[in-house]
Amino acid sequence: MPDDRSPVRGMLRIATAGSVDDGKSTLIGRLLYDSKSVFEDQLSAVERSTRKRGGEGIDLSLLTDGLIAEREQGITIDVAYRYFATARRKFIIADSPGHEQYTRNMVTGASTADLAILLIDARKGLLVQSRRHALIASLLGLQHVVVAVNKMDLVDYQESVFRSIEQEFRTFLGHIGITDARFIPVSALDGDNVVDPSGHMPWYTGLPLLELLETVDTDSSRAAGAPFRFPVQQCHRPRAQAQADFRGYMGRIESGTVRPGDAVVVQPSGLRTRVKDILVWQTDGMHSLPSAMAGDSVTLVLADECDISRGDMIAAQTAPTTNAREFDALLCWMDSEALDPGRKYLLKHTTRNVPARVHSITSRIDVNSGNEVPTQSLGLNDMARVRLQVQLPLALDRYADNRVTGSFILIDEASNHTVAAGMIGR
Amino acid sequence: MNAIAEPLYREAPSAAPALSATHLDWLESEAIHIMREVAAECANPALLFSGGKDSIVLLRLAEKAFRPGRFPFPLLHIDTEHNFPEVIEFRDRRAAELGEQLIVRSLDDSIARGRIRLRSPDESRNRYQSITLLDAITEFGFDACFGGARRDEEKARAKERIFSFRDPFGQWDPKNQRPELWSLYNTRVHPGEHMRVFPISNWTELDVWQYIERERLAVPSIYFAHEREVIARPGGLMPTSHLVQPRPGEHSEHRTVRFRTVGDMTCTAPVESPATTVAQIIAETATSRITERGATRMDDQTSEASMELRKKEGYF
Repeated sequence: MPDDRSPVRGMLRIATAGSVDDGKSTLIGRLLYDSKSVFEDQLSAVERSTRKRGGEGIDLSLLTDGLIAEREQGITIDVAYRYFATARRKFIIADSPGHEQYTRNMVTGASTADLAILLIDARKGLLVQSRRHALIASLLGLQHVVVAVNKMDLVDYQESVFRSIEQEFRTFLGHIGITDARFIPVSALDGDNVVDPSGHMPWYTGLPLLELLETVDTDSSRAAGAPFRFPVQQCHRPRAQAQADFRGYMGRIESGTVRPGDAVVVQPSGLRTRVKDILVWQTDGMHSLPSAMAGDSVTLVLADECDISRGDMIAAQTAPTTNAREFDALLCWMDSEALDPGRKYLLKHTTRNVPARVHSITSRIDVNSGNEVPTQSLGLNDMARVRLQVQLPLALDRYADNRVTGSFILIDEASNHTVAAGMIGR
Repeated sequence: MNAIAEPLYREAPSAAPALSATHLDWLESEAIHIMREVAAECANPALLFSGGKDSIVLLRLAEKAFRPGRFPFPLLHIDTEHNFPEVIEFRDRRAAELGEQLIVRSLDDSIARGRIRLRSPDESRNRYQSITLLDAITEFGFDACFGGARRDEEKARAKERIFSFRDPFGQWDPKNQRPELWSLYNTRVHPGEHMRVFPISNWTELDVWQYIERERLAVPSIYFAHEREVIARPGGLMPTSHLVQPRPGEHSEHRTVRFRTVGDMTCTAPVESPATTVAQIIAETATSRITERGATRMDDQTSEASMELRKKEGYF
């Protein structure tokens, strides 16, 4: 994906999916613990909590429960972010709960991830929720999936159990467009194949989970290789007399690379000009860069005086964005109040906010089966294909081509809630 | 203060070749992007600056986001009047160097006006900061406040959004947060509500020190090893001061220590350490087996959920 810039930067963002029963919290706890990312005071707090709950030793799943209500109810309520690093890479895990509001939370966690770890209980095999997790990962554009078949200790580490799950799931993943899936047999409770190879499963010759995460390549070069996209955050016009003529545009390069002299188009107006300078501030003042790439926050200076403001998109002339006032999108509804097709919502796309309306609902996606079914309404945790109309043209790409210029959120202007996440289709 | 005379602050020594500087670039760019979103979409933001390392990093990020212009917001400090004097002097000096406006609101004033009622005069003022902070937010009509909190610090913070909504009572409702997708931030609030914005949410303590080294940022001297009189208590070392004196059976002794966080003198414990340079602090942080707050914050040790409870009341 064009947004996969993190690995270039020595970082991997992971979304995890699975329920408490799959041992997801235990697996994450094990990753943190075995990579020595758990501190002694956290460990002694977990030990105390384990004892309070009548358990013994250390319940690693308690490492990831944060809020009072979660500890009381033994569940995870919200997406939590975990950080750990090895000598090779820095990791951010977005850990989503597996029960109610699952879709909303997993969509949130997956939106910033490079890769998803899906958990399957070896005893239970493929469940409805396994397919749902995979489908959401696929819809959110995650092409890299690691399937951890957990609790191998409870099936006597039998290769046949693992292989049959792998075979069945691989077929399904291929069907929904996930081509890079790696399967690992693990026992999170005992640490088999998490950080160290398992002595119990000599038949597995692949990498243990952590080593796989350290070395997995997520096509990071594609972000830099994609066409240049620069949503303008703000126009920079310093008040000082000495810089009266200076006019720069502040923003982050969301894809592609840029050099002075590059031909660009400002959208949606269509103005054509060239990049004159790329500036960043260092302690001793502003510096010109010979080039900049996806992920860099810079100030661009253009060759011609243009009327450009926040919300405009500066794009490569050779591969401009599409201007559209009407387009298809996949919506994930996130609010307890259902979609009201008669209402206007505020749509935020890159740095532009425009009034928008859902013109029609094409179909709802059954996230358990992947089937598309006719529907008239859209409620919490529903995913649907819709046609949207916006008041002003947006400079957009398909989500499949660019995760930044292809995504948006809808905001209810009365409640100010973020009510939907959207991915642009055609 | 019993600290041996130290330079007020210290330049980091010339930086060693940066280790994996690339992830710092990513974190830096993300933070700049967040700050510019606030400047563009919020009407009246402020940046909470305490003189601590995390908010020192925020100031450098603000320079990178907005120079050669001025910051589009003032700096705001909530002063408990129990802060380490080295940190307060650093705060004033740094604001002056930057030429940016610094607003200070004091807990002494809130106490004098009856807004804060202490149960006892020597009670920790830590949680009362929320009252003075919320009063200042109302006084100036701020609709967004940048803070230097990080998700790796504490388990309640691990669940907090980068743009964290506060209701008209300044309260955080962890069970009812807005979903936050991609880097599309919903900055909208109604009058009387506000946002806390945490541009370095995704940074760890180690990232912060590596960035301080890379950018050669000055930090208050108490972050480096120095001789200090302390009282050894079960939860950690307490710095001896006019606010903290030995109880019967305790004694005050000299140790070589440094602070991993800077907060109130009544609840911030130093750790024993010989680290006198940023590079040595990085080496120590990389191998530390105790979390930053676990080692140093008595206020977090009250219960499993003290931070969550304070945050719900409007804390940083």
